[in-house]
Amino acid sequence: MLFAEASQRSMDVIDLVWLVALIPLAAAIVNGLFGSRWLGKWTGPIATAALGISAVLGTLIFFATIAAGDHPSRVVKLYEWMAVGDLTVGVTALVDPLSALMVFVVTVVSFLIHVYSNGYMSHDRGFHRFFTWLPLFVFFMLVLVLADNYVLMFVGWEGVGLCSYLLIGFWFEKPAPATAANKAFWMNRIGDWGFTIGMILTFMAFGSVAFQEVFPKVAEVHKHDPAILTVIALAFFVGACGKSAQLPLYSWLPDAMEGPTPVSALIHAATMVTAGVYLVARSTAIFAEAGVALTVVAIVGAVTALFAATIALVQVDIKRVMAYSTVSQLGYMFLALGVGAPIAAMFHLATHAYFKALLFLGSGSVIHATEEQDMRRMGGLRAKLPTTYWTMVIAGGALAALPPLAGFWSKDEIVAAAFLNGHQLLWAVGVFTGLLTAFYVTRALYLTFHGEPRDHHLYEHAHESPPVMTVPLLVLAAGSVLAGVLLGFPPEAGFVHRFLEPAVAVAHGGAPHVPELAKILALAAASVAAGLAGTAIALAMYARRRPDPAAVARAAGPVYTLLWNKWFVDELYDRRILGFMRDVFGAAWAFDVHIIDGIVDRLGALARLVGGQARRVQTGVVGNYALSVAAGLVLLIVVYGGYATGVLRR
Amino acid sequence: MTTLVPLGAFIALSAALFFIGFAGVLVRRNAVVILMCVELMLNAANLAFVAFSRRLGLLDERGSVFVVFVFVVAAAEVAVGLAIVLALYRNRPTVDVDEVKEMRG
Repeated sequence: MLFAEASQRSMDVIDLVWLVALIPLAAAIVNGLFGSRWLGKWTGPIATAALGISAVLGTLIFFATIAAGDHPSRVVKLYEWMAVGDLTVGVTALVDPLSALMVFVVTVVSFLIHVYSNGYMSHDRGFHRFFTWLPLFVFFMLVLVLADNYVLMFVGWEGVGLCSYLLIGFWFEKPAPATAANKAFWMNRIGDWGFTIGMILTFMAFGSVAFQEVFPKVAEVHKHDPAILTVIALAFFVGACGKSAQLPLYSWLPDAMEGPTPVSALIHAATMVTAGVYLVARSTAIFAEAGVALTVVAIVGAVTALFAATIALVQVDIKRVMAYSTVSQLGYMFLALGVGAPIAAMFHLATHAYFKALLFLGSGSVIHATEEQDMRRMGGLRAKLPTTYWTMVIAGGALAALPPLAGFWSKDEIVAAAFLNGHQLLWAVGVFTGLLTAFYVTRALYLTFHGEPRDHHLYEHAHESPPVMTVPLLVLAAGSVLAGVLLGFPPEAGFVHRFLEPAVAVAHGGAPHVPELAKILALAAASVAAGLAGTAIALAMYARRRPDPAAVARAAGPVYTLLWNKWFVDELYDRRILGFMRDVFGAAWAFDVHIIDGIVDRLGALARLVGGQARRVQTGVVGNYALSVAAGLVLLIVVYGGYATGVLRR
Repeated sequence: MTTLVPLGAFIALSAALFFIGFAGVLVRRNAVVILMCVELMLNAANLAFVAFSRRLGLLDERGSVFVVFVFVVAAAEVAVGLAIVLALYRNRPTVDVDEVKEMRG
């Protein structure tokens, strides 16, 4: 049916959707095969050019989907991957508003980060390796986003996990990145386990893994077995927690900052970590009927947002502040999904991609200039890095949700949705987290750029980054200013709402009610007030030293120690959970070595024993062989002749 | 009119030659002599072939034809065998098969 439809239509840009993914793959293959020997520094321009084409196509597809109006869902089949029994899985792209928006964000942000990386990585020995993994990551991310079924999505899901591992451990000769890469991989494995369970259960319950076959059947399945939907939703949510760094699987993300900064910006802020949000938003139809699962999502999201924000308050490494901030913002997105506002979640995902990528690239610019990540040694860099400073201020404002910057529109919508859908407590958590967010981002920017230079040697040698790095900052800054207004104005009825409505409408069964304006304004005022309050407190503490930060830290005492040590979560995991795991896996290992391997070893020993005895037959003396041939001949003659002449009888 | 030599005489001669060769293969140590003994056994078989073929007359000439095949195989066998003996002699100055025990397990 779909094929017939496609043949009647004239070709358009959406039919080329696979090229968006395959062009970065081609760049990755070329750079991977020829990079180290021949291409060298050319790998950067090659990957960047590929991403440029990809970004243009992605943008065209985004606009084509907008132009498609009421029937924006399109399926582009590349080929059939497997057909086993009832299970058919195609390498098929589903182009609808949700995936088109993701393609747009992913390709554009990736392109800018590729441009930036040409400058940032220019002195690195692994330049060609970097530009092999980075486009490969983009390929997998696009597979994840475009897939029209859970199995193909899982391919992308695992692929981005692999690339994340490779890029976190990019400087693998140092122990910290290697450990961080392993940590990220293992934590993601726990999430992947959840995804796999969800995928299998989906197939068992629905008899299909394709989105367009599963979602229409949700109501039917819900009628005779509502529990299975809850289990499926929770299993997928475990997967989402792993990939999107939610409690309790968040702790890999801050450690992932050991990778190069463009990687942190691309993978661990703008794109890969949003895969979990995308998964839940894509599966809105299932989650909406999943009962308690939705509440779990909302609570985990809100708690993660608050928890990560508290840790970010006291971090001294500029990238770690941004990392915890990312965890916190992802928490907001899950909060939105949990309170039944998937559009707000996707909206925040899009705006966050811009301003958080900008914050990371800005941090990268500072690190590039100073070769230092500890904010305690910075200070006063505003004069040395004007472009970086101003773009980061814009991004910081967007993160603090100050109007009219991008973050305001999307975050305000999330907390407002929590309130309007009857979760007042979660709303309060969201607003309070907003205050903390404004505080920590202001603190980070102030410590880095304002005040007296605390390390003069470092200050003297700082220099503004080359244009190849600052131009992407400026573009992202423009996005951070405008994305909110362009996509989300007016609230609840902006472009993004009308655009995404058909993709997630199944969940609501109709258009959402637009609440009265006064209520929206009151809620917005509350969150803006929280943001301003956070900014003001931070400025008072760090600019005017009233109250002095050190005094506050001393007064807070144990609370400060708790935050400084990140709530001792890593220690808890290491002692309690990993200790238990080590016992279990140690037992499994012993079973493998002694029982499984033991059986194999004994079989081998038996063969050796028999062979050792049998080898004595081989004397190596030709005469002996001749004699045995003769003896055999005689035996044959006797037996055959005996039967033939009747001397021997049967 | 010539007197026909009885078939049994041919078979007896053939058997005698065969077992002389056979005994030579088993007891001699010189590789060249062993090859010669193998030739003797092959020709003993040839003798039996032509004797039976002659006796069966025009009914069946296959015995004679088989002799030609045996010649060919024997020539090939000698070529390979002598090549092995030569190679052996080059590696160590002996053609005594009892002294060559590299294949002992």
